[in-house]
Amino acid sequence: MPSFVQYLIRTLFPHDVLRPTELGADVMILATGVIIVYYLTKQKKWLYLWNEWLTTVDHKKIAVMYLIAAVAMLFRGGVDALMLRTNLALPTTPVISDLEYNQVFTTHGTIMIFFMAMPFIFALFNAVVPLMIGARDVAFPRLNAMSFWLFAFGALLLNISFVIGGSPDAGWTAYPPYTGLLFNPGPGENYYFLSLLIAGIGTTMTGVNFLVTTLRMRAPGMTLMKMPMFIWATMATSALILFAFPPLTVALAMSLFDRLFGSSFFTLAHGGLPMMYVNLFWLFGHPEVYIVVLPPFGIFSEVVATFSRKALFGYSVMVVSIISIMFLAYGTWVHHFFTMGAGPAVNAFFGLSTMLIAIPTGVKIFNWIFTMWGGRIRLTTAMLYQLAFIPTFVIGGATGILLATVPADYQLHNTYFLIAHFHNVLIGGTLFGLLSGMYYWWPKMFGHKLNERQGQWAFWLYFIGFWVTFGPQYLLGLKGMTRRIYTYPLGFGWHELNVISTVGAFIMGAGFVVMVYNVVWSLKYGEKDLTGDPWDGRTLEWALPSPVPEYNFARIPVVTARDAWWDMKQKGQTLANSLRPEDMRTIELPKNTPVPFLLGLAFFVVGFGMTFQWWVIVAFGAAGVVASLVYSAFDYDEHKHVGAEVIRRTEAALGRLQG
Amino acid sequence: MMPKRRRGWPYRYVVPLAMVVGLLVSGCGQQYVLLHPAGPVAQSELHLLIVASLAMLVVIVPVFVLLAITVIRFRDKPGNKAPYWPNWHGNKKLEIIWWIIPVVLLTVIAVPTVGQTFALSKLPKAKDPVIIDVTSLTWKWLFQYPGQHVATVNYAVIPAGEPVLFELTADSPMNTFWVPQLGGMEYTMPNEVLPLWLEAYKPGVYWGHSGNFSGEGFEKMFFNVKSVTPEAFQQWVKKVHQTAKPMTMTNYHNLLAFNTVGVQTYSNYPSDTFPAEANGFTLNGEGMYMIMHDQHGITYMPMSDMSNH
Amino acid sequence: MSLPVAEENLEQHLPLEFSDEKESIKITGFWMFLVTDVLIFGSLFSSYAVYRSAFAQGPTPNQLFTFGPVILETLLLLTSSFTIGLAIYAMRKQNKKALMAWLVVTLLLGAGFVTSEVHDFVGYVASGATWHQSGFLSAFFFLVGTHGAHVTFGILWAVTLLIQVARRGLTPITARKLFTFSLYWHFLDIVWIFIFTFVYLNGKIV
Repeated sequence: MPSFVQYLIRTLFPHDVLRPTELGADVMILATGVIIVYYLTKQKKWLYLWNEWLTTVDHKKIAVMYLIAAVAMLFRGGVDALMLRTNLALPTTPVISDLEYNQVFTTHGTIMIFFMAMPFIFALFNAVVPLMIGARDVAFPRLNAMSFWLFAFGALLLNISFVIGGSPDAGWTAYPPYTGLLFNPGPGENYYFLSLLIAGIGTTMTGVNFLVTTLRMRAPGMTLMKMPMFIWATMATSALILFAFPPLTVALAMSLFDRLFGSSFFTLAHGGLPMMYVNLFWLFGHPEVYIVVLPPFGIFSEVVATFSRKALFGYSVMVVSIISIMFLAYGTWVHHFFTMGAGPAVNAFFGLSTMLIAIPTGVKIFNWIFTMWGGRIRLTTAMLYQLAFIPTFVIGGATGILLATVPADYQLHNTYFLIAHFHNVLIGGTLFGLLSGMYYWWPKMFGHKLNERQGQWAFWLYFIGFWVTFGPQYLLGLKGMTRRIYTYPLGFGWHELNVISTVGAFIMGAGFVVMVYNVVWSLKYGEKDLTGDPWDGRTLEWALPSPVPEYNFARIPVVTARDAWWDMKQKGQTLANSLRPEDMRTIELPKNTPVPFLLGLAFFVVGFGMTFQWWVIVAFGAAGVVASLVYSAFDYDEHKHVGAEVIRRTEAALGRLQG
Repeated sequence: MMPKRRRGWPYRYVVPLAMVVGLLVSGCGQQYVLLHPAGPVAQSELHLLIVASLAMLVVIVPVFVLLAITVIRFRDKPGNKAPYWPNWHGNKKLEIIWWIIPVVLLTVIAVPTVGQTFALSKLPKAKDPVIIDVTSLTWKWLFQYPGQHVATVNYAVIPAGEPVLFELTADSPMNTFWVPQLGGMEYTMPNEVLPLWLEAYKPGVYWGHSGNFSGEGFEKMFFNVKSVTPEAFQQWVKKVHQTAKPMTMTNYHNLLAFNTVGVQTYSNYPSDTFPAEANGFTLNGEGMYMIMHDQHGITYMPMSDMSNH
Repeated sequence: MSLPVAEENLEQHLPLEFSDEKESIKITGFWMFLVTDVLIFGSLFSSYAVYRSAFAQGPTPNQLFTFGPVILETLLLLTSSFTIGLAIYAMRKQNKKALMAWLVVTLLLGAGFVTSEVHDFVGYVASGATWHQSGFLSAFFFLVGTHGAHVTFGILWAVTLLIQVARRGLTPITARKLFTFSLYWHFLDIVWIFIFTFVYLNGKIV
């Protein structure tokens, strides 16, 4: 690189902003950006991008954007994981230094939880929930777009940390006082706190949105006990978000204030109490575990019924168990730190409450198996994930019980046994569930199926890779290997198992490559879904054509049974061929708006400025936030109308009108 | 032909599997430190781990078998003669059974869990245990013996066959104090002192490590705990007093630097380098005691008396 | 067989802000938002309870607080909660002028509250009691400051509402906005009662 460019960079940015070691990555990202901009300009796609995507408030498009972001973040988090695994397979010749390793394991965890699992869940919520309950959109479409953009810009803020100034390096839990200025002066932790605060606002609003959507927007006749199980899961998840994210917000804000404004919440001096952070964090963190696992439970309940061609077994018990998990989730947070000396009574109480939560979860497992019993099981990719989920999750749950056994946890805490356990539930439960949901609802979102053969290849690579990776990690835990070390001495017998584990990680990586190939291949050659009901589904979304028209339902159906669409099919009713042209009405839909995107951008500017304490930039961004809010307060032009004639033509073209 | 193949294929998997298991158990079995406890604390923790694992196997095995049977029997393939009940959506009796199964199994685990949790919080012997004040510093461990006036860095010596009380704190980010073969870990936190008792059955050397990430040198926070006979322990103390220099404030401040160091031994130390008293500890099951350090040594003050003062 | 479908936009005989289904749903949404805010303040209160005795070298609550301004602030905010009630009463009566008048009174009372609180805070900081001093002061400023920031935001929000009502009159939309604002304002009043009791009263007496 010519020296004057380096000179320019050094003059424009202080030393701590752009570090010379990261210049290569910087240049690559810059080049990618230039290529994207060039492509968009050449194809004249800017207006399309702005009108159709950046300003959209349509839940189906927001779902697609969430999904793209989630898969991109799965890639990033996965590459992080491979870097970590590579290092651990080569303890004598580490590939990356300890400083880099610390950043990578931090971003791996943060990204996988906050910027992969959460948006993936919201992608499926957005794609499916309004369709399943017979609604035109979510309760607050504009708020929905704001949630997305706050999430997206929060994710962007965390991701640019890698190339501008350095990533956070205190683990995804960011325990103080290590996150304090004394030990961690760089901008990395600022990135962490600010990006999570920004994305957290979006997530909280998504919780509000989907709770109100499921409470108030259901089609007539869909009483609570007629809701599909995925809707129950959505409702419980949203309620959990409502109650879980505020403590996180407070904990993050306290840490940030300690760093930026000199408060003394968690400092060594001035009577700071780091333990308070740990309590607040896990008061969020444990419900968060259920936030990411309840939606997969909902997905599996739909998938297993559909692909067994049989009603869900024990519906009311499933509802009871979801609700009890929701409540119990708040009573278990201390089990993340039995080893912080809370005293035997407290530890015993939280050990028992943790075991208690296993009961409704175990019941669900039996109900899923008995849903298959007496059915006709089709081994599609979505169903394979379900079948892999049950044994994987059972093992994960069982090791969870071992960890809830307080004295055993004294030994297992923060070892690789713990790492294996939570990956067991997060990959076996959450990721398998989300991928199952993706394969299941892909035709509804995009109008074509994903290729089954490739999908099953990806599945087997994930499944086998998972066990090769995490099986040895249980043994490593028993050998006393603790987490977050970038290298280790050879005498402990950790090396061989780490090598096996790393091989497994690369098998999972191959699974990801096959999956992406599967998606790209299917975009071009995938089997088109012409019926709108490719799986012989049971719930209302399959009553609609794929992909779904902008207004979803030409007329809102009246629900009379639990598996509404299955019931209609049994009675010989369909949405297609049952509506008469004169039944069409003008439909009111939310109108596109640039405010959510601009609001997200403004928050990003605030966050970026605060990371480096550049207050002029912060003021600039804050002005943008205020302007966006004021503008939307005075904006009464929120709706557009789709005329009856347009709907008549659209529905006729889809072959869904009588006569 | 068929029976032969059926008998043949499991061996293809079972034999290598048995070999791997055998290797793990015999060849480097000692390295499974959690399975080879060297003291009563680790022993009781392992005991619970095994009880819980067995209870979990009771549920895991049937679920796996049931799942396998279900998937094989109810596959959607032409000519499958298994019954098809598309509207079978519940069965009270069955559902009651699988509410009961986890309740029973968890009770089996829960009862000893509660018992052991309380038992481990009590130091089994009240009279003058050896007390070791442990401070985690940025990437090193400081051990101070208030009863013996000895300080060590990155290694500790304990008498075998009797419980030792560790008082844990930090002048650093949080770490955890863990000696796998002796027993469970406990956090070291600034502005707080947590108690932990451990005991080694026999003389020996047991490695320990920090379990909570605390910065770039964290992975080097290994230390050894040498368990020796009580007589040898007394001799070791004597020898330290004769040979080693006392720790000065300068020494202590050098330890506060962000670096890693080797082992060090001091014959005494400034009294204000350990920040505070332990929060309280149940001794011999007879109530909470505050452990007070002063120039005369250690006194135990019952917590119930504290309120009267 | 034909499919039963629903008629949308049913007419209802409800207060103005509930009369439109969309606005009514937004009120439900606002309640849910208030739930998250309750949790924010819940976390702040519980933190304050934990930090209450972490004085380090800083002052204790008893040394720090003075009752005079706190009682003035309490009176101002309680009165404003009453006047926002009167404003909503006027809205129900379709009396736009009275509504706006009471809203302005509410605003001024709120502004008085914020002014007094800022004055308090400046006084604390000037006497050396910054939040750097101790965990207690950090928790105190965070809790009470968050409440004050909420009130300040409420004032700005109410200003935009005044302009909207002046321009558009009382419609289901403006009525809904006013109603949610009144919920917000009452909520802040309740939070203040807790702050008054647990922070000031408790700190002064215990």
